[in-house]
Amino acid sequence: MCTGIVETVEVSGSGKGPHGWFKLEQVNVSYDHPSNAPVDQALNIDFVNPKEGPSARVAVELSPESARNLVKAILNALSLKQQ
Amino acid sequence: MHPYTTDMYEGMLAETIMLPGNNGEIINAYYARPLGPGLFPGVVLIHHMPGWDELYREFTRKFAHHGYLAISPNIYFRFGHGSPDDMSAKVRGSGGVPDVSVVGDIDASARYLKSSPLSNRKVGVFGTCSGGRQAFLVACRTKSFDAAVNCWGGNVVQPKEKLTPAQPVAPIDYTKDLSCPLLGLFGEEDKNPTPESVHQLEEELKKYGKNYEFHTYPGAGHGFFYYTGVGYRPEAAVDGWKKMFTFFEKYLGTPGRGR
Repeated sequence: MCTGIVETVEVSGSGKGPHGWFKLEQVNVSYDHPSNAPVDQALNIDFVNPKEGPSARVAVELSPESARNLVKAILNALSLKQQ
Repeated sequence: MHPYTTDMYEGMLAETIMLPGNNGEIINAYYARPLGPGLFPGVVLIHHMPGWDELYREFTRKFAHHGYLAISPNIYFRFGHGSPDDMSAKVRGSGGVPDVSVVGDIDASARYLKSSPLSNRKVGVFGTCSGGRQAFLVACRTKSFDAAVNCWGGNVVQPKEKLTPAQPVAPIDYTKDLSCPLLGLFGEEDKNPTPESVHQLEEELKKYGKNYEFHTYPGAGHGFFYYTGVGYRPEAAVDGWKKMFTFFEKYLGTPGRGR
């Protein structure tokens, strides 16, 4: 762990991983080294179900700007639902 | 440095093994050694935050190629098994690997190397990224090593608000207990460790009269050895490896002639 910046939140829903759909229980949001994105540090989001093992994971690694745009898009979509 | 010439026979054995780690708990490790009677110095490699991955297997074999018994323990073993990136994500989401188990696993790996009939009984420790921090930590918390290399280890200087149950003490606070010479390789553009925190560690090393050698490369950031990433800086990497092998040879003895 280099930055140690990790936020964890419980969620309910489904995610599609390498073995198909699985029940989501937790999301880990970190700002740290990515595994694949071509940057030194990224906003990493792991949608996981710890009970189903390490491979029950949907992972994204975003630039900070992309992550902020994603947050806005999620909030916009939710606000439209309420109208 | 042991010169390689094209008329030499060269061979190595590289494989996954099991060994007793912290508290005697069995963990796995990747072990590479030159063929031949030795005697060989040893190096324990502490893998980086992105996991016990292909890169660390390559690094382990590189040390064997250079005449060292080299072992890279899986310090994430207790978190289960999966692809290296899945395991890294699991460890990250679980609050990180505890310092206490890392110290125990690395100390046990040094004992494993020293117990080999091929060992010259000198062992160094090397780590990059979080492994650089842990290499410094282990060199302070044990007396098992004859030389330590910290490559761009972040969070050696850790403010109180960044301490966690897994990492309860900032490694810099253990500086007075550093038990062997230390080589540090850093990038001037790194954000963790910043040049300021490297300077802070250097001041602490001076304060306690420790034997250390730091090199900071201009134009390099974090992870400049990693040829698969955007941070790769060939000139700094080539020079860094050269400095590291020179440093290890000085304190661990001449690498073996197993090839």
